[in-house]
Amino acid sequence: MINFNRFKLDNGLTVLVHEDHTTAMAVVNILYKVGARDESPEQTGFAHLFEHLMFGGSVNIPNYDAPLQSVGGENNAFTSNDITNYYITLPSDNLETAFWLESDRMLSLAFSEQSLEVQRQVVCEEFKQRYLNQPYGDVYLKLRPLAYKVHPYRWATIGKELKHIENAKMEDVKSFFHKFYTPQNAIMVVAGDVTLEEVKALSEKWFADIPAGNAYERNLPQEPKQEEARQEIVEADVPVDAIYIAFHGVERLSPDYYTTDLISDLLSRGSSSRLYRSLVKENQLFSEINAYMMGSIDTNMFVVEGKPLAGVSLEEAEQHIWKELKKIKSEKVEESELQKVKNKVESTMLFAELSILDKAMNLAFFEMISQAEDYNQEVAKYAAVTADDVQRVAKELFSRENSSTLFYKSKEKENAE
Amino acid sequence: MLNRTIAPDFKEIKGINLVEPEKLVYPNGLKAFIFQAPDLDLIKLEFTFDNILLKEQLAILNPVLSSMLKEGTKTLTSKEIADTVDFYGAYLMPEYSFDQSSLTVYTMHKYVDKVLPILADILQNSNIPQSELDTNIRNNKQSLQISLQKNDVIARRNFYKEVFQGTRYGVLPTEEIYDSISRDAILALYRRQIQPSNCNLFVAGNVDDKIKNLISTFFGQEWENKEEFYKPAIIEFGSYTTELYIEEKPDALQSAVRLGGLTINRRDADFPALQFVNTLFGGFFGSRLMRNIREEKGYTYSIGSYIGNLRHTGFITIASEVGVDVTKQTLAEIQKEFEILRQEKTSEDEIGLVRNYMQGMLLGSLESIFSHVDKFKAVYFSGLDTDYYSYYSDVIKNMDASKVQDIAIRYFDYDKLFKVVVGKI
Repeated sequence: MINFNRFKLDNGLTVLVHEDHTTAMAVVNILYKVGARDESPEQTGFAHLFEHLMFGGSVNIPNYDAPLQSVGGENNAFTSNDITNYYITLPSDNLETAFWLESDRMLSLAFSEQSLEVQRQVVCEEFKQRYLNQPYGDVYLKLRPLAYKVHPYRWATIGKELKHIENAKMEDVKSFFHKFYTPQNAIMVVAGDVTLEEVKALSEKWFADIPAGNAYERNLPQEPKQEEARQEIVEADVPVDAIYIAFHGVERLSPDYYTTDLISDLLSRGSSSRLYRSLVKENQLFSEINAYMMGSIDTNMFVVEGKPLAGVSLEEAEQHIWKELKKIKSEKVEESELQKVKNKVESTMLFAELSILDKAMNLAFFEMISQAEDYNQEVAKYAAVTADDVQRVAKELFSRENSSTLFYKSKEKENAE
Repeated sequence: MLNRTIAPDFKEIKGINLVEPEKLVYPNGLKAFIFQAPDLDLIKLEFTFDNILLKEQLAILNPVLSSMLKEGTKTLTSKEIADTVDFYGAYLMPEYSFDQSSLTVYTMHKYVDKVLPILADILQNSNIPQSELDTNIRNNKQSLQISLQKNDVIARRNFYKEVFQGTRYGVLPTEEIYDSISRDAILALYRRQIQPSNCNLFVAGNVDDKIKNLISTFFGQEWENKEEFYKPAIIEFGSYTTELYIEEKPDALQSAVRLGGLTINRRDADFPALQFVNTLFGGFFGSRLMRNIREEKGYTYSIGSYIGNLRHTGFITIASEVGVDVTKQTLAEIQKEFEILRQEKTSEDEIGLVRNYMQGMLLGSLESIFSHVDKFKAVYFSGLDTDYYSYYSDVIKNMDASKVQDIAIRYFDYDKLFKVVVGKI
């Protein structure tokens, strides 16, 4: 249970305040409602590149990081397909520094050519480090376009290719900023050793005079229902074969989201989970197996991925995964097994309340998708899922027509045969 | 009119107040440290064991033992342990580090009495089933094959192998070593290592009398020592090459670059000052290495230097993954930064920034009761007490340009580091 207050400035900025006086720190978390799904197909990776540029100096403050570090604070940010989230942690005594820094870059960036040039290179190196120069690093660059044909979830946040990042121009940066980085497109959460009154005063002082900007109307092409099984085979320089099966799941606000999430827990959360027990332990066919949902706002991707042991072909591996998926469709889950995954949700939620940063991020995210109050209903929503729900949703989810399978084959192995 | 070019006033960063644990010693030699947080619904118990080695070159047995602890006892199968732990929403995590192995459980307060008997059974009656060991080894070998495809992993292995050669810290897993592991050896290690006289137990949360009694019964009374206490051997470190070692990967897009060597550990009075200079040099986002090699040159996504504290030594290591076309330039820039650090006086501004940053990080590192445990463990296992943190803060507050340079000259010598590049140069 997270308590909070909410107010809104005249320019449309929403502010949430969560007081926690057990800490001497404060968090300022600003979520901008823009992610890779808002990019043009010709300029993918832009939201993430832009996140880097947000640290390249703002209109009145040439250097973002140093003034924050010199008052004992640190900051970071991440970009997903749905959002871009910036956060500062600092001693609460120096809270105002965070307001000063964040309000100035919401007002305007410095738009430095040098920063753009360097960050283009940095992001290209990030692209190589995480996606191209790692075994299995490019899986999502291949799986997303296999599963999504229309929705912008078909590309990863890093972008489709290095070229899109290399080609980014300053005029694109400016128009992106004016389109998305407005007070009305942002949610600020201030948490920790702070009071509502001081946050109100600081918000008025630093954010109130930022122009509201224009509202952004999101109008994304939605993914049509998939009607045929898809498959792709990739050969790569990896020592071990791998298989990835992606299914389309419901969107974040669907009541069945919670059931879908619990299905992934039943299948692969913890050493007692079904896939791990059956495929790693009892039948010894895989060294690793996992099932998870991406947690996206629009139609989700539910992925089952595994690495079969030497001597087990990808075709056999696929059959064994399907056997477990069929089982969850045909046999109703026992109450005790369902209770098990619900209990795990409950303890996980307790962990999330240990950190003011986690609390701030969760409030911001729920405020974006519906309202922050809903965060406090999460455990109850998971608890309400029934065994019938699990069977019904599993039947909708796990059909061949709803699947995209990526066979990731080891080149070395082929040569050896 | 608001002047946005002027920073708000800065206030001094407060010091930290640590929760002192209640200390208990049981007749079987178990030492327990209780950290109270009465409002918390979660409880953590961490059983920490010094790594005891059958032989220095058998250091691979320790991580395998650690991961095998949840795979079966005389009366419970691996599946039964997993089912019960998961059912109560608990987390059971074997962990391994160079000097210690631990078994940690997080559980909700209301289920403590359901989960503790499982831990008691694991600590007293693990039997390392052969079939589970086979699975563990097979999966370890497959993950190893995948890791060895990563340039940064290969660079790190080269570093450990060279700098820690001849000691337990320099023993690295290979498929052959995994194949040679026997159940008997793991069981022998279990008997020697997993016993109360070799255990420190850290408990944090709402530890009421009922839970204290359970702990006392299960772990203070019923748990017996099986073997004589084992006296650890003294570890001697040898010399290592400071030549650049290159492992060519013709298809690489990036090279993994790693440099490093031995240094002092936390027991040495210079340690906080060393950490200060390391932070300034490469230990945070605003460090010199990051500013130069990432933020000015764009050669990498990330570069950092790190000070490791081990029981028998300390080590420094600098690591990055950089484009193959700028690998040579990166090494040259790193070398240049070492020279500047040693030869030029650091400005008061930069020292002030690092000082405040480090004080802020210390304050922020105390989040829940669990971080109080971590702070306590860090000094306890170095033979120090929590007064260390006042000393640490004093050192950080009193750093100045001549102290920075003095530390740089004594501990930051490029020519004394081992250097490895995996990729292309």
